[in-house]
Amino acid sequence: MAGLELLSDQGYRLDGRKAAELRKVQARMGVFAQADGSAYIEQGNTKALAVVYGPHEVRGSRSKTLHDRAVINCQYSMATFSTAERKRRPHGDRKSTEMSLHLKQTFEAAVLTNLYPRSQIDIYVKILQSDGGNYSACVNAATLAVVDAGIPMRDYVCACTAGFVDETPLADLCHAEESGGGTSLALALLPRGGHIALLQMDARLHQDHLETLMEAAMTACKGVSKVLDEVVRQHLQEVSALTGE
Amino acid sequence: MRDTPLSNCERDFLLKAIQEKKRLDGRQTYDYRSIKISFGTDYGCCFVDLGKTRIMAQVSCELITPKENRPNEGLIFFNIELSPMASPAFEMGRQSELLVKLNRQLERCLRNSKCIDTESLCVVSGEKVWQIRVDVHLLNHDGNLMDAASIAAIAALCHFRRPDVGIQGEEVTVYSTEERDPIPLSIYHMPICVSFSFFQQGTYLLVDPCEREERVMDGLLMIAMNKHREICSIQSSGGIMLLKDQAGTGGAIEIQSVAEKTRRVLGSHRDTVSCSKTRRVLGSHRDTVSCSKDQAGTGEP
Repeated sequence: MAGLELLSDQGYRLDGRKAAELRKVQARMGVFAQADGSAYIEQGNTKALAVVYGPHEVRGSRSKTLHDRAVINCQYSMATFSTAERKRRPHGDRKSTEMSLHLKQTFEAAVLTNLYPRSQIDIYVKILQSDGGNYSACVNAATLAVVDAGIPMRDYVCACTAGFVDETPLADLCHAEESGGGTSLALALLPRGGHIALLQMDARLHQDHLETLMEAAMTACKGVSKVLDEVVRQHLQEVSALTGE
Repeated sequence: MRDTPLSNCERDFLLKAIQEKKRLDGRQTYDYRSIKISFGTDYGCCFVDLGKTRIMAQVSCELITPKENRPNEGLIFFNIELSPMASPAFEMGRQSELLVKLNRQLERCLRNSKCIDTESLCVVSGEKVWQIRVDVHLLNHDGNLMDAASIAAIAALCHFRRPDVGIQGEEVTVYSTEERDPIPLSIYHMPICVSFSFFQQGTYLLVDPCEREERVMDGLLMIAMNKHREICSIQSSGGIMLLKDQAGTGGAIEIQSVAEKTRRVLGSHRDTVSCSKTRRVLGSHRDTVSCSKDQAGTGEP
């Protein structure tokens, strides 16, 4: 992997993008009929599917019920065929649980849970094809699914990854760039107010570069939010045309 | 057993005190509690006291076959255990969310930042490598587990010595500590975590929250840095809404405390190494003396 050049001299990355360019985002809402809300998103080669059930009564242990707001239950899983090597992932392993916790944290910050006391909202996300930016694809898919379910949120939650190579920040990393050993920062943002719901960074980065990296990630997130907004409006138009309004 | 819920009066009292920039134990907002690091008799055993939070880390090693896609790199495995001795809220054998969170954060902070040279742990490429296992046990919970765990883990790794290995052709011999001096691990840098807790939607920021403050906080931001001013890991948790500059201030404060703590860890480690060597020499000498006495036939036990 040492021979791969993440950023060429002309400023092109491995897949031909420029440093601040995002991958192509395509999304569809209302994929499943029986779920309250569902969405499918493709970010480059990363494909994620999100399904939302709720708000409904708290299932399982009643002790989890909160008297003043809704409980958000997230479950993240990766399909066995999602990576280059077929890998059977047990459900309770550490990485999946950590991702589920991060998703839960992100959506607890964004969803107006105090409108639904003593209830539960389930968000299930599955990665069908993984090519870097798993967490971001999950968050974006889940946002669309929550909007499809009609659950009120403070703002769209948009997530994107950013990396740092040769003093240049890269936006929206693919798998080869993430595992190349360089820095990768994942950011979940509520674009209108500029609030950060989740910030996560691995691998070494000098303190002076943090500012630039976060700026790049925030710009990328705002770009994603425009696409998601477009998708929602288009879906609404289709649905209202079908119901004849 | 469930933890006793925090009463509303206590919660209001804590929040009001934080608004007036006062803390329960009289610290300033950016003050750390006192850190005491002590080492055990074995190589790789370390106790850390962060105020009243007490953590023990133990490093051990064994030879195993490496992963297929990385045949000449050793493995490092972290394991944090929350024992019921630390707090009534912890139950033995149940994988709680906090446990997963701490484990993953420690792994990301120490393994992904590549602070240990894994290639030096290779013995025979593709067949035998060292697996270093770091077990961290929480003995008393008084807040800020992540910082204490990271200090304990890195101090234990600095203190640890692995057995020397000799290779002759196809044969691999592991020498015991008596035959050859054990070798320390090669550590590139020491990442140390600092946790910041946020209150009132991010208006107030406290460094090193104690257990009560942790209960009323909105969220936590953990930044791991080393003394070369490189950020090794950032993790925000708890669903707080940060603004960009709040995260930046965190980084600035971090620098001084990290530099100071690295110095402390290295200092205490240096003192202990010389102590333990002397103890070993004295110990073996004592054994030889008692042996010869027995052989002389005095019949003393």
